[in-house]
Amino acid sequence: MLKNKIPKPESKIAMAHMYVAFIALLVGGLMGLLQTFVRSGEFTLPFGIGYYQILTVHGVVLGLVLTTFFIIGFQYALMSKSVGMSKGHRKWAWIGYIVTLAGTIMAATMILLGEANVLYTFYAPLQAHPLYYIGLALFVVGTWIACFINFNQLYQWKKQDPGEKSPLMAFMVVINMLIWFISTLGVASTVLFQFIPWSLGMVDEINVLVSRTLFWYFGHPLVYFWLLPAYMAWYTIIPKIIGGKIFSDGLARLAFLLFLLFSIPVGFHHQLTEPGIDPFWKYIQVILTFMVAIPSLLTAFSMFASFEMAGRAKGHKGLFKWFKGLPWKDVRFLAPFIGMVAFIPGGAGGLINASNQLNGVIHNTIWVTGHFHLTVATTVMLTFFGLSYWLIPHLKGRTLTPKLNKLGLIQTWVWTIGMSIMSGSMHIQGLLGAPRRSAFSTYGGSEQAQEWVGYQIAQAVGGSILFIGIILMVYIFFKLSFGTPKGDQEFPVAEYADVNERTPMVFENWKLWIGIAAVLILFAYTIPFIDIIQNSPPGSPGFQFPIGRG
Amino acid sequence: MHVHKYEKIWLTFGIGSLLVFLIVLGWGAFYQGTQPPSCLVTLNPQNVQAHNSFKEENLGVQQVGENEYVVNVLASAFNYDLGKDEEGAPVKKIRIPAGANVTFQATTSDVVHGFHLSGTNVNMMLEPGYISDYETTLDNPGEYTLVCNEYCGVGHHMMSAIVEVYE
Repeated sequence: MLKNKIPKPESKIAMAHMYVAFIALLVGGLMGLLQTFVRSGEFTLPFGIGYYQILTVHGVVLGLVLTTFFIIGFQYALMSKSVGMSKGHRKWAWIGYIVTLAGTIMAATMILLGEANVLYTFYAPLQAHPLYYIGLALFVVGTWIACFINFNQLYQWKKQDPGEKSPLMAFMVVINMLIWFISTLGVASTVLFQFIPWSLGMVDEINVLVSRTLFWYFGHPLVYFWLLPAYMAWYTIIPKIIGGKIFSDGLARLAFLLFLLFSIPVGFHHQLTEPGIDPFWKYIQVILTFMVAIPSLLTAFSMFASFEMAGRAKGHKGLFKWFKGLPWKDVRFLAPFIGMVAFIPGGAGGLINASNQLNGVIHNTIWVTGHFHLTVATTVMLTFFGLSYWLIPHLKGRTLTPKLNKLGLIQTWVWTIGMSIMSGSMHIQGLLGAPRRSAFSTYGGSEQAQEWVGYQIAQAVGGSILFIGIILMVYIFFKLSFGTPKGDQEFPVAEYADVNERTPMVFENWKLWIGIAAVLILFAYTIPFIDIIQNSPPGSPGFQFPIGRG
Repeated sequence: MHVHKYEKIWLTFGIGSLLVFLIVLGWGAFYQGTQPPSCLVTLNPQNVQAHNSFKEENLGVQQVGENEYVVNVLASAFNYDLGKDEEGAPVKKIRIPAGANVTFQATTSDVVHGFHLSGTNVNMMLEPGYISDYETTLDNPGEYTLVCNEYCGVGHHMMSAIVEVYE
């Protein structure tokens, strides 16, 4: 009983999120371009703008604003399509949107005023303006409203169809929002109870390691919050676009449940080289981190199984000939497909990063930047772009024209080439020891720093190509929103290969899964966290001069 | 729930590989002692000089045994303090013999800093109130750049020193 079209008031909500997302793409992308220019050593920023100011804008606007707004908008669309949205939900969705946007504007203003050159990780004891932290807190609270709307949407649907298994799309959205809610409790705690009172001068000192631990309790699930919407698209939409079927409902749900369990109790793998944390507990979280690779292995299998089934259904035989049967000229497929391919080196790089003592080789080198430009900026972004080609016209009552499809194909290849050059050179330069998050420097004329310059120029070349990709994408977005012919663009929803497949009902037992997730979090964090607090050194006062304040 | 035969093979192979990786890492960490830097010693970040290692006269390279060295480093925005030379000028380059056992001990007197001897595995975070240490042997002669690889403010990229490993 799927509605064919998302009703207009609901489309408006999703689109409101999309406008913010694509404006953020343009702004953040421009900052990225400028960064690669500065790092090439051939360019200085005009008007006294600081490198770390634009780096903060880049991180906040792309890592938090673009991703979160796109994801929440997309998830509303999925929920509308699969379980519906009531009038009350819509009202709250607008409230959540406004709160999130207000927080964004508040934080952005502080960055632009140069009062918050602390990057999006805002590590204490660097002390930004209190309004920066308050803005971030509002942002998070706004997203919580979206969480509870999504939870309630599924709950209402369930009430009408008790005993029925929930639609796959809604199931996945709820898992992603659970991950987001549980993990943002960490960052919200540190911002509300540590950063805000400390930056307002209500307390003098901050416990640095506690704040970092709470931040990273959030920081890793954050990347899964970005990734899972891409997985939703791969599981529930892409099979339809290629003329195939969903390989298995049960395995798809299992993958998402495993993400709920294993994406959170893993924050220490970002803190492997930090003092004050017992190495035994670091290793425990390394093990849990490796577990989170399993649902990605499941997903890889399901995707290629879907592809093969689709290719064979079109009559392509032979071991690999089915590959030819995939719609390579359809940007709705090509962009997410390249995203999937990028996740092979991206995921492998992630395992390297999480490998306990091996982390020391690459920790905080520009390798890490190269890594997440493959995962979030290629896998996730190309999938989001791929979704936009049909979602935007669907929401706006327009159509994707063959001409724009072609431009989309070009955009996809431009992105792929630009990112291969930029991310590739970042990976190599990182292995040579070059740091991330640093303006151009000759490091006192060191020989090593001279070796790095060539890679930095390559990054500027890659970055320029990527920026062309961004301009193309923003153009395509506005064209799809306002300039293509009116019509009905299909919202592709894949069907199951085996309609009789029985998914275990235990997958719907939310109390059980949230309970196990909580147990795992308590297991991974309780003892080391108590340890950190009990063995804390005296706290740190705020430092404003290093970021050019005061 | 039906799981396809090929999927079982794939998952067995995948999970098996993950287990092998984990065993290798665990073996290295707990049996061979290559834990990631996790020093648990604390001090008062507002009075680091109270700790013997970070008194001004103890900064820089200290020979503590026949082939054993300790390097004490005090980081602050935007400088690594490696002590002073005979003329009283700040040391920007230190020398360590190849193959010697060397322990880097560092802390920060203000914000969080990085401590990466580029091209080596000496890579650790410096956090206020904690000492970070790394014991190693640098076998390959050459010049290594000590870089701050955690953002510490507007002069972050100016924060560096040179470690020369000589024959």
